[in-house]
Amino acid sequence: MSTETTPWREYFGSRENQSQAAQLGMWIFLGSEVLLFANLFVGYAVYRYYYPEVFVEASHHLAAGWAAVQTLLLVTSSLCVALAVHYIRSGRAFWMGVALLAAMVLGLGFLVIKGWEYWKHWTEGALPGEYYRLAELPERGGSLFFTLYFLLTGLHAVHMLVGLSVLGWLVWGALVGRYTAEYHVPVEVGGLYWHLVDVFWLFIYPLLYLVE
Amino acid sequence: MNPSMAGSLAEPDYLNHETTVRSWLLTRDHKRIGVMFLVLVIFALLLGGTFAMLLRIELLTPGPTIMGPMTYNRVFTLHGVTMVWLFMIPAIPSAFGNFVLPLMLGAKEVAFPRLNLASVYIYAAGAALTLFGMVWSGADTGWTFYTPYSTTSPTAVTPILLGVFIIGFSTIITGLNFITTTHTLRAPGMHWSRIPLFVWAIYGTSVIQVVATPVLAMVLVLVALERVAGVGIFDPTRGGDPVLFQHMFWFYSHPAVYIMVLPAMGVISEVVCAFSRKNIFGYRMIAASTFGIAFVGFFSWGHHMFVSGQSTFGSGIFGVLSMLVAIFTAIKIFNWVATMYGGAIDLKVPLLYVLGFIFLLTFGGMTGVAVATTSLDVHWHDTYFIVAHFHYIMVGSVLMAFLAALHYWWPKMFGRLFPERWAFVAACTIIFGFIVTFLPQFLLGNMGMPRRYYQYPSEMQWLNVLSTAGASLLAFGFGLIGIYLLWSLRYGKVSPASPWGSRGYEWFSASPPGPHNFREPPRFEREVHDYTVSEAPHVY
Ligand code: HEM
Ligand SMILES: [Cu+2]
Repeated sequence: MSTETTPWREYFGSRENQSQAAQLGMWIFLGSEVLLFANLFVGYAVYRYYYPEVFVEASHHLAAGWAAVQTLLLVTSSLCVALAVHYIRSGRAFWMGVALLAAMVLGLGFLVIKGWEYWKHWTEGALPGEYYRLAELPERGGSLFFTLYFLLTGLHAVHMLVGLSVLGWLVWGALVGRYTAEYHVPVEVGGLYWHLVDVFWLFIYPLLYLVE
Repeated sequence: MNPSMAGSLAEPDYLNHETTVRSWLLTRDHKRIGVMFLVLVIFALLLGGTFAMLLRIELLTPGPTIMGPMTYNRVFTLHGVTMVWLFMIPAIPSAFGNFVLPLMLGAKEVAFPRLNLASVYIYAAGAALTLFGMVWSGADTGWTFYTPYSTTSPTAVTPILLGVFIIGFSTIITGLNFITTTHTLRAPGMHWSRIPLFVWAIYGTSVIQVVATPVLAMVLVLVALERVAGVGIFDPTRGGDPVLFQHMFWFYSHPAVYIMVLPAMGVISEVVCAFSRKNIFGYRMIAASTFGIAFVGFFSWGHHMFVSGQSTFGSGIFGVLSMLVAIFTAIKIFNWVATMYGGAIDLKVPLLYVLGFIFLLTFGGMTGVAVATTSLDVHWHDTYFIVAHFHYIMVGSVLMAFLAALHYWWPKMFGRLFPERWAFVAACTIIFGFIVTFLPQFLLGNMGMPRRYYQYPSEMQWLNVLSTAGASLLAFGFGLIGIYLLWSLRYGKVSPASPWGSRGYEWFSASPPGPHNFREPPRFEREVHDYTVSEAPHVY
């Protein structure tokens, strides 16, 4: 009975083993996430091959400068998460909470910029499929570029929202004193997830904004 | 604990230690979760089977028989969707994998019990959404949802796509759970070289599940978005490419046939040993070929696209890669036969299904090599030859293995024996019915009857009638099984702890097992299925 509420489950045999199981599970999950995005990357490669000029033209409609800022924010937030893991390993739950809060603020900043960008595309008519109204670019290719753009960045944004709630939940756990130097599997596993979100962006950013 | 006390009635088991509805719905016990999945997939099988009978009755006469052409399109789609996504993919891993995998490893639980419970509800939610789509207006795209038709069809394709998408998550979670469990929860003494072959099979399957399912998930979302927002990815009028869909779809769905067949092979490996009273011949080869199949499976999707305008060179490569799968499969078949050879064969019902399995798999596999030959496939593509091929290989193997597992593990799961004689009759009916159903379809296909057609020239009628007759036998067999299994739950003889004298590790636990699987940690001191040591029936 009591094993249900304590963080250690007896059936794992040992704490190390439980921690290993959690990490392995997360890595497998992350692997499958990579494949989820892979489809869109393949789609991007295919249509870039079909419409090379249009894709380059279309990428000029994106705010590459702001994307660089976003990248900076996200990488810094990843650093904060790494720090949080470091702190909790040595038992400093308070600093762990602070580092995670900082990561959340940076993440939110990223999403605000993204939202602003989306709003700009909306006013321009640079939208997927049926809603495409951007006159400067041919619809063939152009609408596909923006479809893939919205799918990639949108899927990424959804992952960020999930990541933010995970971080928020960890901060709350830090506040109520759930994590200690001995027990911090969720922090490590949640941190892994946030790093993945970061890594995806590091692929999306050059692909959509930078490639000529 | 005194061994002679083993299996005494007084001890609570996982079925009766708590009996409230709530204790079932919120259980984290992998055994109860396995039973819940078993019930759900059997419902799916019934539903899909009903659609199948409707199809066969329609095809009894060359012209219209009981339904119109539009209804026919819906019924074959619903049949395929239900059978593939709701039955064949989850059936063995989610139901039997959940039940016996931890037992075989000497574990008390799976690694993530709460996720495991979630996977049941995710499956149920996905299935409910799919059913909703079926009731609303059905889909008429076939289970493959080929674009561009699926993006424009006026039927309820979207809820069905999303339902299948949701079921995919259940599959991923289950796979993730099994991989982690196998890595971290093996009892002391359970070395990698001792892991039962069923576990190896489920492990290999799980790898495919976590790698391939996300790809399918994304494709389904893309099609749904195409329908809702006209995003144009697969729509040629917007510059998209419909063939891209086929690449993405079959990148998942070819490996998916191994998601179905590998667990079936795992069941066969266990049952063959138990009823030949011999350890498996070529343990390492069977385990390794599982991964050979899993790996090659990812590089053969192009054999579904020989006529899609793919380059001849590409087709050739895909054809050859596909044939490699046959080599790995043959390794398994030879090893099973070698296991039986010289064994003390005990022809009980589960073994009967194994024989059916080996026959169907071999026949289906050989026709697979035939259709992987590009020149031949041009003739057979989209004919009943294909329908017969995939029913032999994937339906034949999943169904036979599912029934073998159901009978083999029935006493383990419910502590009751089923009436052997009735089961024997049913098994013969099923195997014979299956052959009579699908053998004529090879001939029909070769004569040129296209798949998914509602009418056919009257010269083809006698073969169609034969096929429908076989289907009726199948339905009769299933009815019989349903009746005696339900009967046995109440009136069946109480089973001893190990009714077959099997030495598989899962029989180390009581039948049915206690709520925590074992009373004391099991000791794995011999190879699985070692019939050379004499062993007191010790239940841990
Ligand atoms: C009761 C015996 C069964 C009969 C009589 C039957 C009959 C049929 C028929 C007539 C079709 C349509 C072929 C076409 O028009 O293209 C079909 C398709 C199919 N069946 Fe069955 N079936 C049976 C059992 C099963 C089972 C048990 C499964 C899976 C476990 C299954 C899986 C499929 C699949 C995947 C398709 C392809 C659907 C498509 O391509 O649209 N069938 N079956
Ligand atoms: Cu295939």
